[in-house]
Amino acid sequence: MKRFNPAYSFLYILWIVLFVIAPLVLIVYQSFFDISGHLTLANYQAYFGSGTYLKMTLNSIWYALLITLLTLLISYPTAYWLNQTKNKQLWLLLIILPTWINLLLKAYAFIGILSQNGSVNHFLTFVGIGPQQLLFTNASFIFVAAYIEIPFMILPIFNAIDELNPSFVNASRDLGATNWQTFSKVIFPLTINGVKAGVQAVFIPSLSLFMLTRLIGGNKVITLGTAIEEHFLVTQNWGMGSTIGVVLIVAMVIIMFVTGERRKKGRKGE
Amino acid sequence: MKRLISFILGILAVCFLLFMTSSHLQKAQGLTSSDTLTLYNWGDYIDPQLIKKFQHETGYKVRVETFDSNEAMFTKIQQGGTSYDLAVPSEYMVQKMRKAHLLKPLNKSRIHGLANINSRFLNLGFDPDNRYSVPYFWGTLGIVYNDQMVKANQVQHWRDLWSPRFRNQIMLVDSARDIMGMALIEQGHSVNTTNLVQLNAAKKRLDQLSPNVKAVVADEIKMYMAQDEAALAVTWSGEASEMMANNSHLHYVVPREGSNLWFDNLVIPKTAKHYKAIYAFINFMLRPENAAQNATYVGYATPNKAAEKKLPKAIAHDPQFYPDEKTISHLQVYQDLGPRMVGIYNDKFLEFKMHGH
Repeated sequence: MKRFNPAYSFLYILWIVLFVIAPLVLIVYQSFFDISGHLTLANYQAYFGSGTYLKMTLNSIWYALLITLLTLLISYPTAYWLNQTKNKQLWLLLIILPTWINLLLKAYAFIGILSQNGSVNHFLTFVGIGPQQLLFTNASFIFVAAYIEIPFMILPIFNAIDELNPSFVNASRDLGATNWQTFSKVIFPLTINGVKAGVQAVFIPSLSLFMLTRLIGGNKVITLGTAIEEHFLVTQNWGMGSTIGVVLIVAMVIIMFVTGERRKKGRKGE
Repeated sequence: MKRLISFILGILAVCFLLFMTSSHLQKAQGLTSSDTLTLYNWGDYIDPQLIKKFQHETGYKVRVETFDSNEAMFTKIQQGGTSYDLAVPSEYMVQKMRKAHLLKPLNKSRIHGLANINSRFLNLGFDPDNRYSVPYFWGTLGIVYNDQMVKANQVQHWRDLWSPRFRNQIMLVDSARDIMGMALIEQGHSVNTTNLVQLNAAKKRLDQLSPNVKAVVADEIKMYMAQDEAALAVTWSGEASEMMANNSHLHYVVPREGSNLWFDNLVIPKTAKHYKAIYAFINFMLRPENAAQNATYVGYATPNKAAEKKLPKAIAHDPQFYPDEKTISHLQVYQDLGPRMVGIYNDKFLEFKMHGH
């Protein structure tokens, strides 16, 4: 342990500088240039002065919240149940398996499932309800996004529950706590760190989903990711695109900070 | 440490071997020799048989590289890493590349067969006198409809799309210039307007369309329309011809009152090196029998008048892709409006996409 090898840290530092710090610096740097290459704060003025971008930001946050909430509601019971099963590693593997498949392929698969001639509508016709418009609705967008994010929520929660010492639960029951009390006073507070890690892993990427907004949402859901894509690919206004990127990074820092704060408060309360 | 170094050395050795193999392979194909023409084209945008024929006829080798957007091509040529000899940008991009000094002027005395091109498609605003570009294919923006859900006489004009009967039935292609352009034409304005009043009016008009809009999508529009997902779509003639090949219920209409006329053009980027091969290729593609063969393969409309006569009648007389003269005379070509106006068009379009959803 004590024999520290500088070669390893060199590689690590090189990696961090090249692929984490340099891109961040470049994004912040770019965000201060307008489309004709003049140093300016106009991009930030445009962002915070225009109703369009603020509305888009609120929109993104709202959808990211819904997606995170839905994933959490599904993931926590699933992770809890996984821990009770005999072959939990096998079940966990099955949950992780979809992450090995390319996101685009999964999105296209959902197009096949949800389209007018898709399996869901075939079933609905068979049952007698008749075909419904499923694609390009907010509900289908949130559903598919949640499906894609679920493994990233389950994993940290699963690990947290796995580390939970069962004697705490037994003690709580022995002392006469009901199931609900055991869960809300013992299990949940002890696994809250897993939940926080999961929320961070799901909320931030959900803010800037852009491919799904087009493929499944039909661009009826517009998030900041849509605007970034447009500024880099179509208008080639890299400054504005970077500005939105900076806003997203700041949002991420705030989320980390907020989820970090609550932990202390929670401990004080106990 | 020792293991790490040997690991890195191992990787370097593999890289070196791969590099040697690839350069050997390229040599074997004659790709590094001086008589290789590098064509930078859209994907599947030339009949491979024609390339074989050209190589056989002239002895030059052709290497085709592909791009999927004008902007991506612009960036790569600007960086200048690869020596592309010919590129195929759309008309507004020709103008933009010209402004950025990325194009070499054509030497007209070395080009034979420019007279085959329909004079209507020459000397246009984006490249006066065709100093830099030779038209390769052309097309329009129009409406695709599914005859199972819509009758032909219900969609002959842009304004028909606003009809309440098409609630939640229309798919739009995700392109700011084209959809804003559609609204501008519907209101009788130019697709190249820089008048903010007209642009705001067009955006308002689009907002009124939003209850009818089912989705704003990109390439997937082809798949959705082929699968009967929507009754109507606003898209380009090239995409329309691909959809129609997969679904016989689809038809394409170019509204008589006007639409966009677009071109893809052969240009010589500043990275070009092999001029003999370049002019041989341009002249080869201008020959009517070759242009006709290419148009039959790709499915887009050829600007080559002499080639049009050699096309099968069913293609050349199809008003969907070769509209009558009167319709063509109402078509408008996009001009490069500069980054600021392009930004405004895109902002308006983004506001429309966010409206009411």
